[in-house]
Amino acid sequence: MKHRPVQDISSRPDYAFGHRMTMWWGTLGFCAVEGAGFAMVIGTYLYLVFINSQWPLSAPPPDLLWSGLLTLALLLSVWPNHLAGKSAKEQDLPKVRLYLVIMCLIGVALLGIRYFEFYGLHTRWDQNAYGSVVWVLLGLHTLHILTDLGDTIVLTVLMFTRHGHGKRFSDVEDNAFYWNFVVITWLPIYALLYWVPRM
Amino acid sequence: VSDLAAGKDVLRDTNLSDAELSARLAKTWGTAKGIIGALSTVDHKIIGRRYIFTAVFFLFLGGLLAVAMRLQLARPESQLIGPDLYNQIFTMHGTTMMFLFGVPIGEAFAVYLVPLMVGTRNIAFPRLNAYSYYVYLFGGLMVWIAFMLNIGPDAGWFAYVPLSGPENAPGKRVDFWAQMITFTEVSGLAVAIQTIVTVFKQRAPGMTLDRIPLFVWAELINSFVIVFALPAVVTSSSMLIMDRLIGTHFFNPAEGGDALLYQHLFWFFGHPEVYIIFIPATGWVSSIVVAFSRRQAFGYLPLVLSMIAVGFLSFGLWVHHMFVTGLPQLGASFFTASSMLIAIPNGIQIFCWIATLWDGRPVFRTPLLFVVGFFFIFVLGGLSGIMLASVPLDTQVHDTYFVVAHFHYVLVGGNVFPLLGAVYYWFPKFTGRMMSERLGKWNFWLAFIGFNTAFFPMHITGLMGMPRRVYTYQQEMGWGTVNMISTLGAVVLFASFVIFLYNMVASARRGPLAGDNPWDAGTLEWATTSPPPPQNFNRIPFVTNREPLWAERETLPVVTGLEVDKRELVVTTVSEARADIRETSPEPSLWPFLAAITTTITFIASIFTPWAVVWGGILVAITLTGWFWPKSKEDEA
Repeated sequence: MKHRPVQDISSRPDYAFGHRMTMWWGTLGFCAVEGAGFAMVIGTYLYLVFINSQWPLSAPPPDLLWSGLLTLALLLSVWPNHLAGKSAKEQDLPKVRLYLVIMCLIGVALLGIRYFEFYGLHTRWDQNAYGSVVWVLLGLHTLHILTDLGDTIVLTVLMFTRHGHGKRFSDVEDNAFYWNFVVITWLPIYALLYWVPRM
Repeated sequence: VSDLAAGKDVLRDTNLSDAELSARLAKTWGTAKGIIGALSTVDHKIIGRRYIFTAVFFLFLGGLLAVAMRLQLARPESQLIGPDLYNQIFTMHGTTMMFLFGVPIGEAFAVYLVPLMVGTRNIAFPRLNAYSYYVYLFGGLMVWIAFMLNIGPDAGWFAYVPLSGPENAPGKRVDFWAQMITFTEVSGLAVAIQTIVTVFKQRAPGMTLDRIPLFVWAELINSFVIVFALPAVVTSSSMLIMDRLIGTHFFNPAEGGDALLYQHLFWFFGHPEVYIIFIPATGWVSSIVVAFSRRQAFGYLPLVLSMIAVGFLSFGLWVHHMFVTGLPQLGASFFTASSMLIAIPNGIQIFCWIATLWDGRPVFRTPLLFVVGFFFIFVLGGLSGIMLASVPLDTQVHDTYFVVAHFHYVLVGGNVFPLLGAVYYWFPKFTGRMMSERLGKWNFWLAFIGFNTAFFPMHITGLMGMPRRVYTYQQEMGWGTVNMISTLGAVVLFASFVIFLYNMVASARRGPLAGDNPWDAGTLEWATTSPPPPQNFNRIPFVTNREPLWAERETLPVVTGLEVDKRELVVTTVSEARADIRETSPEPSLWPFLAAITTTITFIASIFTPWAVVWGGILVAITLTGWFWPKSKEDEA
């Protein structure tokens, strides 16, 4: 079939930010999948609360110290994360590097806090169904911190190499976007794990 | 914007002759020769072809198991297959058909056809696409190799606890089943996201929401259902394997767990699953009905809205699989109502297709025959479905052959018949050659007669009281004759598939050449050569109509300005599909294959030691980093 040119797009840019890019939608898609996974485990938790007359099962409610600290740190991390995304959008390489390094350190610190948080659960995954669901829920969220930290470290190293330009800024912005998902999903899990047993 | 300054040095598709443009683009978008090239490819057509081939291969394997079961059940007290092997066979049959064929086949067609139908050059995230294929393949092979080694799963395709739990199913059989779920769901979710992003962001300029082909709508809606349904089965099978391997108690009532929790999680996925199998088939049916009616779809909007309604409603039906578990009566009534409700959008679709045929000038070639077969069989399955939605009737026939008859009418009618039609319809595009019409008619009539002979009597067998999943029955039960009829039907159905296979192989070699658009169809995949070149289109089409090729018979409107020596494609806005970005699509890479290998090692090893999750996770992380690390020279500043 013969072609009939009707529009020239050579002046369109070769990358942009946010929802104009396919990667942003891909990230959103994975957030949806993982959000659905969290919803299933949260549903399981509530189901188990519903069928058991006593909750938590043969254990005191989990400690508030380390979990509270983690929640606070997660909420505070939103700010440097926002700055990382913002400087990526401004394509300001020195600032991007700085905030990415800060986000890496925050990720490591969070994992450290999370380690102690597991000790404050006062139950094991193989003790009873309560222990199982608590460990899986906390483990699943830890996995998200871990994978995002891994991702952030790779991206940070990348931005210190000759590859740190152009479309990579858009990747940094998407990474910052994903971190917000990790923070937001924690809030219902925190309420569920630490406050529902105290109700 | 950086290369705009150097714009004059960049070679664009604007002023090149057609022959030179085609040759240069084919070089830019091509796949390297040799084994490394084959394993590194990111071409959605090559991967789509592998996906379709693999899914159809599993369909044949699952079909062979069905024939084995029919031979065993042909007469009472048959000694052909013992109870233990029979348990593995029916579990593998269901598992293969649902997870290795039913879900992947719809996605496989999306991988091949959606980019062509929306007028782009590759699927979104093509390396993820390659990865998802290998993960699917390795997961399927794992469970089949386990089966051949007599460690095939044997607790039914939904692996209910407590039967599948640590006490009642020692050994590794159920673990292979649960890990097969992990493999296939990882791959299924990845393809769903790719499809959604391809449809949202890579549609050709001008393809507004109301010009999206119905097949593409079907795959889009299907992908959304997958995104929200599959996490439920990953959750249930992960909890099952944790109960079995590391001593959690999710489904153990003695420690506060609950067996019914498993059923809720499984069917929260399992019922949408039925529609994950059916919705892509509605896309095939729409494409075929429109092309062979020679008119645009009657009721495009109601068809799209019905598909969306089916997608939503499919999440509100799961409890009708659990009517005999002693749920509160109010809950049962609610799910009866919702189960009947979903017949409405399905009915609307069928009326729209019939109206399209009625008002068109239908040409009864093989693809359309299969669609007519689908109408007949699927409607019968729908009718028995409405019967089963009623709690008293369901209670009576639960776990009998009546249910087996019902879901085979729905699934084979709703997926396999449209699939056969779809293969006949798109085979010329995939291979460049037509399939034989004469063999196609034989194929259809044998399949239609064979299917109904095999499965209609099962309604009666079920009403006579024969339960599912029994390896044999006594002569005195009086089920012998109906079972023999079913087996004869199965043999005829099997013969139809032999013809289908022969027709595909023979036509791929010697079939008449198809040309670009043998059916004179209207959607964009027919605007390019058969099979399409690596770049799909020499220039990106500009869409002016729902059936672009019917609206533009003389010349194809196109957009120009893409680079020729770089993998560029057009990213457009979500609703109005205005050209926005010239995005670079990833080059071929071996890393997705390596990542799939490390993923496979991790998944399989974790059946034997939980620590595999830790060291395997590190291996996967290494391969993923290799995958994402930029390598092309252009990327260097």
